[in-house]
Amino acid sequence: MRSFKGFVIKEFYHIFRDKRTLLILFAMPVLQMLLFGYVITNEIKNARIAVWDRSKDVITQKITDKLRGSGYFNVVLEIDNEEEIEQVFKKGEVKEVVVFESNFAEKIGREGVAKINIIADASDANTANLVVSYTSAVINDFTVKELRAVDPPMKINTETRLLYNPEMKGVFMFVPGTMAMILILISALLTSVAIVREKETGTMEVLLVSPLKPSQIIIGKVTPYVALSVINALSVILLSRFVFGLPVQGSYTLLITECVLFIIMSLSLGILISTTTNSQQVAMMLSMVALLLPTIMLSGFIFPIENMPFWLQVVCRINPSTYFIIIEKNIMLKGTGFLSVWKETLVILGYTLLFIGLSVKKFNVRLS
Amino acid sequence: MENREKVIIVRDLVKDFGGFRANDHLTFDVYKGEVFGFLGANGAGKTTAIKILCGLLKPTSGQVRVAGFDVYKQSNLIKKNIGYMSQKFSLYEDLTVSENISFYAGIYGLGFREIKKKRMELIQKLGLESYAGKLIKELPLGWLQKLAFSIAIVHNPDIVFLDEPTSGVDPITRRQFWMMIYEAAANGITVFVTTHYMDEAEYCDRVSIMADGLIVALDTPANLKLSFRAKSMNEVFLELVRNKNNSNQQ
Repeated sequence: MRSFKGFVIKEFYHIFRDKRTLLILFAMPVLQMLLFGYVITNEIKNARIAVWDRSKDVITQKITDKLRGSGYFNVVLEIDNEEEIEQVFKKGEVKEVVVFESNFAEKIGREGVAKINIIADASDANTANLVVSYTSAVINDFTVKELRAVDPPMKINTETRLLYNPEMKGVFMFVPGTMAMILILISALLTSVAIVREKETGTMEVLLVSPLKPSQIIIGKVTPYVALSVINALSVILLSRFVFGLPVQGSYTLLITECVLFIIMSLSLGILISTTTNSQQVAMMLSMVALLLPTIMLSGFIFPIENMPFWLQVVCRINPSTYFIIIEKNIMLKGTGFLSVWKETLVILGYTLLFIGLSVKKFNVRLS
Repeated sequence: MENREKVIIVRDLVKDFGGFRANDHLTFDVYKGEVFGFLGANGAGKTTAIKILCGLLKPTSGQVRVAGFDVYKQSNLIKKNIGYMSQKFSLYEDLTVSENISFYAGIYGLGFREIKKKRMELIQKLGLESYAGKLIKELPLGWLQKLAFSIAIVHNPDIVFLDEPTSGVDPITRRQFWMMIYEAAANGITVFVTTHYMDEAEYCDRVSIMADGLIVALDTPANLKLSFRAKSMNEVFLELVRNKNNSNQQ
């Protein structure tokens, strides 16, 4: 036990004396949270748009003011003919042109319905989608508040569907995925590199000759990373709570327990990676390619799994992060309990046992 | 010689990797306090034999006892009673001299006070006072080697295994290093050393030479030179390799 304590202390020295490790360990989680929270959001702010008001009546004026006042748009141009639409898009002056048909108020008064065309610059497909959705939402909101009240009810037809709920904040979607990514990266990458480094410098040989058991060496190496990963999980939860205002709907205890389980799984994966190679660089590349990319792309983190081709869906089902993200979304966003996530928990537990089993087997093969 | 205490006893040691026989019926003894040279070209089976003696590998067959313990069943007891130093010196670069000593003493189960005492002794003996708080990467190579050896015997083992401990070190430092080896041997620590410097083989009490998994010669350097009518161990080695190649061709 005493020698084990010394081992863990030594491991902390390694961590706190290596600037790169420290950077990955503490700066990365915060940085990624802020990046995903602020930069890669699905929200828009002050998007530049133009208005072609062919009617210039009270209602079109009101709608334009509402678009202005929403905070999402900056109406930078008013145009008055069709050719100008193409010109402003080509110059890249605006993201979107809103066209009110002529005699707008008159039509809506007489027929109860009028039309707005929303034309967006689809060369940036994502932004176009968002801007269009937000515009539709603002117009719908106007319809509900101002036009439904009169009798008979009036209607404005917009040419686009509502693709995204503007009330939903981007960060709510990104916290679970970011957390999965940070935990798997730190736990698997740092441990595999830490173990392989001992092989590279030859100190592993000396440790194996010493009275320490192989299991003690491995547990001694990963213990500090368990502790630090739990701290990271907590800081991600706190960041999302206090910086982005995303409260955890379900039980904190359950969430943290699931995090610890996922951390242990990632650590055993890191150990498995370390048994396959003797070079830190290979270990790092393996962790990056085999873990980071699937966790971002193939886990339902950013891209919905349902829309993928079948074979990619299969890959997603194999990826353990997929299950962790489901668990997190359930606990953090929906506030459901253990009964709703027990299957996913079982999958992660299964992976943990599998990785540990494989590592032990590989280790024994090397010894005999 | 035969009456002295045997700390390593090897009888008919065989180690197979699949179809490849790395150690072919090795039989030898090593006596207490002896400096035993273990020579052979790369791939001759030295490393495999050392791994078996250190309890890292299990033999395929044969009897092996190290420090009085059986390698099949008591490898943990063996590990407590041996020291090991590899050619990479195996010190932690990002730990200080003091921390390296404390860490290695700690994993051999030394108590807090013992560790402190050993650390002071060792630093004083090596004259490393001004380096004690410095990181290993700031130390010159020669010091690393002496420090690594001192750490390998910090827990007073019965036997210390040195795997090519002098590779990449200048001749003067090598001489100083051999003085440390003699000192350890005089204190009753058996030294089991592999090397590919033939002049170093002359410093050993007895030398065994391996080729293709077999021990082809085992005696004192003086006797070996006599029986091969050679002037130096280098000639002995070349002669042996030549014989081996001839017999392979026939």
